[in-house]
Amino acid sequence: MSSEEKTLTARGLRVEFGLPGGRVARAVDGVDLDVAPGEIVALAGESGCGKTTLARTLLGLEKATGGTVAFDGVPLRYSTRALKAYRRQVQLVLQDPSGALNPRHTVYDAVAEGLRIHGITDDEPGRVADALSRAGLRPPEQFFLAYPHELSGGQRQRVVIAGALVLEPSILVADEPVASLDASVRGEILSLLLRLKEEQGLGALVITHDLGLAWSIADRIAIMYLGRIVEQGPVEQVLTAPRHPYTRALVSVLPASPVLREAVAEPIVLAGELPDASKIPGGCRFRPRCQEVASGNALPVLHQCTGEDLKVLGPEADSHQVACHLDRSLHGDARIGV
Amino acid sequence: MTTTPISPRALRWARRRQSFTRSWNAYRSQRTGMIGLVLLGAIVILALAAPLLIDQSQLSVTQATGERMAPPSAGYPLGTDEVGRSILALTLWGSRLSLLIGLTATVVAIVIGTALGVTSGHIGGWYGWVALRVSDWFMVLPSLVVAIALLAVLGRSMSTTIIVIALVSWSGTTRLVRAQTLTVQARPYLERARALGAGHWHQMSKHILPNVLPLVLASATLLVPSAILMESSLAWLGLGDPNVVSWGSILNRASNNGAVSAHAWWYLLPPGLAILLVVLAFMMCGRALEAVFNPRLRGEQG
Amino acid sequence: MTLLEFKDLRVTYTGSRGRLPALRGVDLTVEAGRTLGIAGESGCGKSTLAMAVLRLLPKTAEVSGEILLDGEDLLAMGWGRLRAVRWTGASIVFQGAMHSLNAVHRIGRQVAEPILVHEKGTTPAQAAKRAEALLERVGLPASRMRSYPHELSGGQRQRVMIAMALACDPQLVIADEATTALDVMVQAQVLQLISGLVTERGVGLMMISHDLSVLSSVCDEAAVMYAGRVVERGPAHEVFANARHPYSAALGAAFPVIGDPAARKNPGGLAGDPPDPVRLPEGCSFRPRCAVAVERCGEDSPELLEVGPKRVSACFVAQEGMPVVL
Repeated sequence: MSSEEKTLTARGLRVEFGLPGGRVARAVDGVDLDVAPGEIVALAGESGCGKTTLARTLLGLEKATGGTVAFDGVPLRYSTRALKAYRRQVQLVLQDPSGALNPRHTVYDAVAEGLRIHGITDDEPGRVADALSRAGLRPPEQFFLAYPHELSGGQRQRVVIAGALVLEPSILVADEPVASLDASVRGEILSLLLRLKEEQGLGALVITHDLGLAWSIADRIAIMYLGRIVEQGPVEQVLTAPRHPYTRALVSVLPASPVLREAVAEPIVLAGELPDASKIPGGCRFRPRCQEVASGNALPVLHQCTGEDLKVLGPEADSHQVACHLDRSLHGDARIGV
Repeated sequence: MTTTPISPRALRWARRRQSFTRSWNAYRSQRTGMIGLVLLGAIVILALAAPLLIDQSQLSVTQATGERMAPPSAGYPLGTDEVGRSILALTLWGSRLSLLIGLTATVVAIVIGTALGVTSGHIGGWYGWVALRVSDWFMVLPSLVVAIALLAVLGRSMSTTIIVIALVSWSGTTRLVRAQTLTVQARPYLERARALGAGHWHQMSKHILPNVLPLVLASATLLVPSAILMESSLAWLGLGDPNVVSWGSILNRASNNGAVSAHAWWYLLPPGLAILLVVLAFMMCGRALEAVFNPRLRGEQG
Repeated sequence: MTLLEFKDLRVTYTGSRGRLPALRGVDLTVEAGRTLGIAGESGCGKSTLAMAVLRLLPKTAEVSGEILLDGEDLLAMGWGRLRAVRWTGASIVFQGAMHSLNAVHRIGRQVAEPILVHEKGTTPAQAAKRAEALLERVGLPASRMRSYPHELSGGQRQRVMIAMALACDPQLVIADEATTALDVMVQAQVLQLISGLVTERGVGLMMISHDLSVLSSVCDEAAVMYAGRVVERGPAHEVFANARHPYSAALGAAFPVIGDPAARKNPGGLAGDPPDPVRLPEGCSFRPRCAVAVERCGEDSPELLEVGPKRVSACFVAQEGMPVVL
């Protein structure tokens, strides 16, 4: 996949932050990930798992301390000019559309901002109108001079999306794009992302804590835990037949999932909370909370769980991969093709 | 633009007018602000009209016509000074210089303060740290002592007075602007602008400055009176430009020529009251503006 | 036994744009030891409902109707009686736990405070002991008594809020979006805790959420609100799985069931936005967004009528036994 054109790739990506007291938080701790045009990849995990840091690093808003981010095979450099060129290709959609728009700027100014930054002056009104109508705000001229506070939450998010689309990017990185929207409006924004993918071949990395959202729109999903991807693969496989204990627990606690209720008799509610990124346990990072370790199921591989770090999952797009010693002992190699 | 009946530019201006009207209504609802504004308007009109009301020749020491240190009379409603000039004329003409120095010094201080505040808050890092320390340093310096020392070195003239006042009063603005910059900085729309590829200049000029300016305006209104007071203090201490008349210099002459021991209240009161009134008017306007523009003082909002 | 009863509750706010009806005649009951879920989007009036129970509405709000707690009308109550009721009769768990806790006091003191205030004759030592037991019950070690709110995680703070709400053994607990800001796993922990407490203590629970799927897994009964009215009521899992009002159907579809092939790559949702309360549409207020609306919907406002066993719906289409989803 990585050879394919216009793909956003991350290889061995690490982001570390220095904390007071000389501790180091490993927010992203070895991630391989590909996002190609025409596919939607969901990156799911709890808050604090590093998914937002990963997104910011992919956008060049945060510097990687190790590994590489590349677009179209060209590694990202952090010079002002290189970043500017990169940003025409990879764009961001933020969680809270009310905060993402400057309250003093009109919709027109907000959407045209990208064009002005990149010095694209030909046919500005036409481009803005086109971006707005692609984001579903029609007729676009009616929205030109509106201020954000005059729009509904869904319309604001469409303006944010239009502001990204106006640069004609290949990839969108959307951080919780519907988390702050009303339930009935969420569907519309998700449909919009799906339509942009299908009709215009846009690729998207959607960061979310909501597995239902992944089921609604994503082709692939990666589950992140404490800075690593612990399971990834096609959505159907990962969500209906999860193999990593963490994913199984996440899926089991979803309200009303009758399909899973039969396979997993009781919801698995993990005790405790996500550990601090500065105190990542050695061996398998999920071990202290793992229900398989607690129940004794993992006894045969326990020495590996406590002592052996797991390999970083590769970016292969169509295989279902799991970073779990127990799973490997049961299924052989972690990588199983379809 | 086919569906918009009016041109976008006209609409945008209409929007601006609308937001101005909103701020104006918020301002108007504050009585002290309105009193201050009326007072200030009257003072400014008098200062501007001074040449029409009283001929400049009345300020000349050699052409003075009145008695020395005469109490108020029909010809000299506010009495005369030690060379026989009209105190009314001096006070009226003095307002021009006091206001001019106060306003100019404030503008200079505000420009320095805003530039340093925005850049130190936005760029941060090593530069931000140094800028902050420098402004801290200026803040803790006893301003009058520094001003006296600087004037002694630079010489006494109107422009040095302005520079010196600006130099000792910019640091408060830097603090204020920096704090506001940091809050704007944390807003998601700046993250969005960065992701769009915006450089520092774009972020500062398009997002941060417009959000900081209203607060700067309010704080400027509060800086003017302190600049006027500082000018008066310096002039009273005899450090003003000897060739021009300001309220401070009137007071300086009064005390030098024994107005206090002569019980010549008419010599001391008019410039003193004028300073008090101007300071009060600016304070009232500044507080009202602050209440309009500072969301924290405005209390709850929708 | 009926614990809480709303009788034709109407609340109108007066804003700069005129009169905003927030609740337009709500009738609901909560039984002791049972859980009622209230679902709806922002602006549908669900939070107004919660605030009305504790009379926390702004002074400008016009309130009519009755709210009976154990047969006593809360709206007619004097302030002294109301103060007592606020902790011992009914208590509330809000969404933003950080803002509801006092940042400068230790957790133990904050949990013990309502006990000291409302139960005369309790010594501080007794109250502290009770607080300790409560914190342990919500899954926080006693050592947390000495922590400050900022030292706790979001899930832990929400647990403290629950402990505080339970401090004076109220008959009724209202949870207003109590788990919304939490992560999936922490949300599951808190929901498990709340359900456990309801059965263990026999309190009535009114749970307010925008997520119908969460309500369906925790609550016995669910009521869906739209534009200040209840539009559907029934057993929670049935309202979620087999809605009899087009709005409930759309709200349910917003949170897809994983594994449901119909929801795959087909995000559910509604066109349009919730109505402006100042200018509500004629007839059924949901009509402008409704896919199954008939002519009558534009003329009359539908009443809540029975559409099945224990099911009521305010939809003409459902009342005629027709499907509410295309």
